[in-house]
Amino acid sequence: MYVAVKGGEAAIANAHRLLADRRRGDRSVPALRLDQIVEQLGLAVDRAMGEGSLYDRELAALAILQARGDLIEAIFLVRAYRTTLPRFGYSEPIDTGTMRIERRVSATFKDLPSGQMLGPTFDYTHRLLDPSIVGEDAEAPVLREADAVQALRVTDLLGRQGLMEPDGETDPHRPVGDLTREPLDFPLDRDLRLQALARGDEGFLLALGYSTQRGYGRTHPFVGEIRIGEVDVEFDITELGFAVSLGRIRVTECQMVNQFKGSAKVPPQFTRGYGLVFGQAERKAMSMSLVDRALRAKEFGEDVVAPAQDEEFVISHSDNVQATGFVEHLKLPHYVDFQAELDLIRRMRAEHDGIQEAAE
Amino acid sequence: MNGVASYNFAYLDEQTKRMIRRAILKAVAIPGYQVPFSSREMPMPYGWGTGGVQVTASIIGQNDVLKVIDQGADDTTNAVSIRAFFAKVANVATTTHTADATIIQTRHRIPERKLEAGQILVYQVPIPEPLRFLEPRETETRKMHALEEYGLMHVKLYEDIARHGRIATTYAYPVKVEGRYVMDPSPTPKFDNPKMHRSQALQLFGAGREHRIYAVPPFTDVVSLDFEDHPFEIQHFEAPCALCGAEGVYLDEVILDDRGGHMFVCSDTDHCEERRQAGHVGDQGMREAAE
Repeated sequence: MYVAVKGGEAAIANAHRLLADRRRGDRSVPALRLDQIVEQLGLAVDRAMGEGSLYDRELAALAILQARGDLIEAIFLVRAYRTTLPRFGYSEPIDTGTMRIERRVSATFKDLPSGQMLGPTFDYTHRLLDPSIVGEDAEAPVLREADAVQALRVTDLLGRQGLMEPDGETDPHRPVGDLTREPLDFPLDRDLRLQALARGDEGFLLALGYSTQRGYGRTHPFVGEIRIGEVDVEFDITELGFAVSLGRIRVTECQMVNQFKGSAKVPPQFTRGYGLVFGQAERKAMSMSLVDRALRAKEFGEDVVAPAQDEEFVISHSDNVQATGFVEHLKLPHYVDFQAELDLIRRMRAEHDGIQEAAE
Repeated sequence: MNGVASYNFAYLDEQTKRMIRRAILKAVAIPGYQVPFSSREMPMPYGWGTGGVQVTASIIGQNDVLKVIDQGADDTTNAVSIRAFFAKVANVATTTHTADATIIQTRHRIPERKLEAGQILVYQVPIPEPLRFLEPRETETRKMHALEEYGLMHVKLYEDIARHGRIATTYAYPVKVEGRYVMDPSPTPKFDNPKMHRSQALQLFGAGREHRIYAVPPFTDVVSLDFEDHPFEIQHFEAPCALCGAEGVYLDEVILDDRGGHMFVCSDTDHCEERRQAGHVGDQGMREAAE
């Protein structure tokens, strides 16, 4: 008669078979191919790559397919694979100044050297559902070759006039911080913080960035520049004595320009928030740069009063793989602990009833 | 993409295992101290025992015999899943018998049978920091441990007594290890706390999401926090196990119908089965046999 959860093994196997069946869906509908996902759901692929911290479009597409389109689950699949890969070393810093730019906009200047480029953006589209794209096979438009222009970053333009805080000095021989190899130890250096933000949950960072705009840790931001395009990744091979190119990756970079009044030591100048994400992920890069700037509050002697300024709060909760695991683990059996609570509450109620009766 | 399907023995690569073993050694050297380690993403979600799995993966050898329990039971879904994981990636022998196991990975219980020298108990830990719900900041709690500043915990326990007439913590009941560190025993019911005290087995605790490992070496003092006039006491059950008649064990309540009918049975399924095989019969067990 006592049958509680006996046969867990068979139940798990059957659940997984049903899951696989649901994932495939109606067999009369053709199965999705990875190249279809890579080509036609590119921004989902970019998000899985970015938050999964692994630049591989095909694997990200596989993860999305396997996760039935659940992006956090896909990110988790990518992460769990990534962590098994050997670590050969760390690439040279990428140079976004030499990016093959596809999109570049600045909100702080009407025009600037090398111009503004809208690129493939949803901005200014009218959000009207368009049935004509269903099953369409319109001819590909003729694309202009991307110019390999060296577009100076807006922050560098301002920096030349001394109006912008300079890039911090970093010792080139300092080991690269790596939150996937060392446990986090608060307070963090900015490199680790940016790493955590780069793989942080888009929705969480979006909400935090938004909160700073609404006054919870206001930073007076302007989009100095957003640029999307491809950059070379170079790896220094010690045996060769020089860096070789491993290939190109597409990234989105956002430099937020923020007001700062200055202090006794520092003359008034603009400060910066920085966002850099794999693929085309503009919302994420913008949110990241807002949060990065908010988290620099202490550096500028600002009062830490809002959640977005609180490093331990933000970084401890920005990882959606961790967050979803801990939230969802509540559905695992907890009946032993619940029994302990049940026992206590029964005893306390019995005592309570005793007191009531004695009073009557 | 062929690499996706092949794994090292016990899943983790050897470098990662070395890193985790170093953390374990440090944890054993400083009983009750939470050692930060670089937790890896595992192929099961955080919260599903990734810390315990990483510890087990780092210490398991080909000749080990593994037992996995969740809520005391070998057959709860997650215990089944973790056992199957190690059977697959380490090809080790598994067992449900506490006495036969060299490594026991557990979630929320300590087996009823007394553990012996040479056995290792690996706990899955969700929140390793006993002070976390009193002080959410890691930067602060690390300081409190360093300064052995545990007043806040005693105030909390005192407030329980003032408000409820007793200490209202029933699981994850804080302990002091070897007279130094206050430690979270993981969310085991406080019933199990005395089993940790001077246990012959090595007890390892892994918290994957929180990047912490800690340990209680064999024969270490583990004392539950209390007050002279409110001494620590464990849960007592009014009736023995309905299936095997065991007393002095932790029981689960099983609801039998929608009219309030229920019975209490051993939470430790292996213990219950062994007793029944040895001929012990409880209330309901007898009725079952009679039917």
